[in-house]
Amino acid sequence: MNPTIVRLAVQALLGHRRFWLLLVFPIGLAALVVLIRVLTGDEVAAWDTLDGMGPSLVLPLLALIAASSVMGPEVDDGSIVYLLAKPISRHSVALSKYLVALAAVLAAGTLPILVVGLVVRPEEPGMSVALWTSTVVSGIVYTALFLALSTLTRHAVVFGLLYILIWEGTLGSIFSGIATLSVAQWGQRVGQEVDAAVSSSDLALWWALGASAALAVGAVWFAGDRLRSFSFQGDE
Amino acid sequence: MSVLRLEKVSRWFGNVVAVNDVTMTIGPGVTGLLGPNGAGKTTLMAMMSGFLAPSAGTVTLDDVPVWRNTEAYRVLGLVPEREISFGYLSGRQFVQANAELHQLPDPRAATERALARVEMTEPAERRIDTYSKGMRQRIKIAAALVHEPRVMLLDEPFNGVDPRQRMQLMDLLHRLGDAGSTIVFSSHILEEVERLARHIEVVVSGRHAASGDFGAIRRLMTDRPVRYFLRCDDARALATALVAQPAVKAVRFTGDDGIDVEVSDLGAFAHGLPRWAREGDIALWEVSPSDESLESVFSYLVAR
Repeated sequence: MNPTIVRLAVQALLGHRRFWLLLVFPIGLAALVVLIRVLTGDEVAAWDTLDGMGPSLVLPLLALIAASSVMGPEVDDGSIVYLLAKPISRHSVALSKYLVALAAVLAAGTLPILVVGLVVRPEEPGMSVALWTSTVVSGIVYTALFLALSTLTRHAVVFGLLYILIWEGTLGSIFSGIATLSVAQWGQRVGQEVDAAVSSSDLALWWALGASAALAVGAVWFAGDRLRSFSFQGDE
Repeated sequence: MSVLRLEKVSRWFGNVVAVNDVTMTIGPGVTGLLGPNGAGKTTLMAMMSGFLAPSAGTVTLDDVPVWRNTEAYRVLGLVPEREISFGYLSGRQFVQANAELHQLPDPRAATERALARVEMTEPAERRIDTYSKGMRQRIKIAAALVHEPRVMLLDEPFNGVDPRQRMQLMDLLHRLGDAGSTIVFSSHILEEVERLARHIEVVVSGRHAASGDFGAIRRLMTDRPVRYFLRCDDARALATALVAQPAVKAVRFTGDDGIDVEVSDLGAFAHGLPRWAREGDIALWEVSPSDESLESVFSYLVAR
């Protein structure tokens, strides 16, 4: 980890207009859930909305925006050469950027989900903590995955969206087999350990934890390796 | 003292060959990489700075390949042509971030030294996106020399820089070169390269077209056949006088009073022409070079 890269990444994140999108999604979700709770008086329906859209839609979107904001623009326009023309490990560059994006995801993505959960179902805080735990786990993985994607292609946002909507969103709910390879489901499985009342998953805990850790570490390492081979006259 | 060595280096992108079998050795002093736009200068620079893998051949800095070699940046400074997108930082913040990334013992002092060298101390507090093109260029150079590299690569450093600042920058690079640094800069402007570089490498269409000191390149440029367009009051009489001269290779009439002349020895022609005209009592109205463009110089060097 390199404090200068971290500082620059924070400045890049805050200086970018995309950053404000980071806040729009969780605020929108919170407003929707609270609205359902107030209008219908049905706390289960409100909770289901939070549970259904939070971990598998809002969170990955946030991770995609955060990861592509700290990495994407600099890779696209090549100004990352100013960071890379230095005798510092590329893995430390990737890790520093990852930690900044992750901090943004945890703060802007998982915390609102926890707070909204507690507001909607105050009598069952365990469920909110469980949901929060599962979003922390999948947030860690999503951010790493999208960071790696940003170093791989200029169209990271497009591919990321396709992945979120098709793989995690549609296919994941149709075919149970995809659960084995779904980041959201891994998180869910871990959250289940906190409170069994949250929506459950049949995965083995060791698989959920192992796959999450392997993918997160592997993706950040891969991003670093891609930076080592960064070329400023792309083949694309 | 560092030496940058390119050994049979080629780079292609799909079917397009950007750099074709280039071998050159660049030592201390200022070297100019001269070539028209699209000649492959940026591709060469990218390979020299470790930001592009050669498709064939090797690029080494003091006998160590630069590709995927992070340590090379301890001795290497790079000023890319592209704009910095760190517009939200002030000039000082940007240079200091570079100093910190180099893990210098005193980044603050190194920053001030670098800013002073490019004369950017005064506007250093302003955000980079308020800078003029020339100021951005200078802040990029400050960032590249903050760790006092032995080798400095600059891609088109004088683009968009006003003449006064250009002189200052040239002066700076001159001093660095004299102090034993290896400075390479690319340019498509002959005068720039002539004024600054002690050694010149000419690249045309991805190929290494010529190499040598300022004098050798100048000779190549002046010895090439040059064409002139002349207008006078008696074209036939002047043509008769011209064909008698060994410096003249061909004469052709154009229009009523015009002559196209192809000249092999520019010096002898330039000296002789007024005399020949006076001796024949011919009034010269116009003498203009028809192919003085740099492109024609380059195409001559390639065909040679």
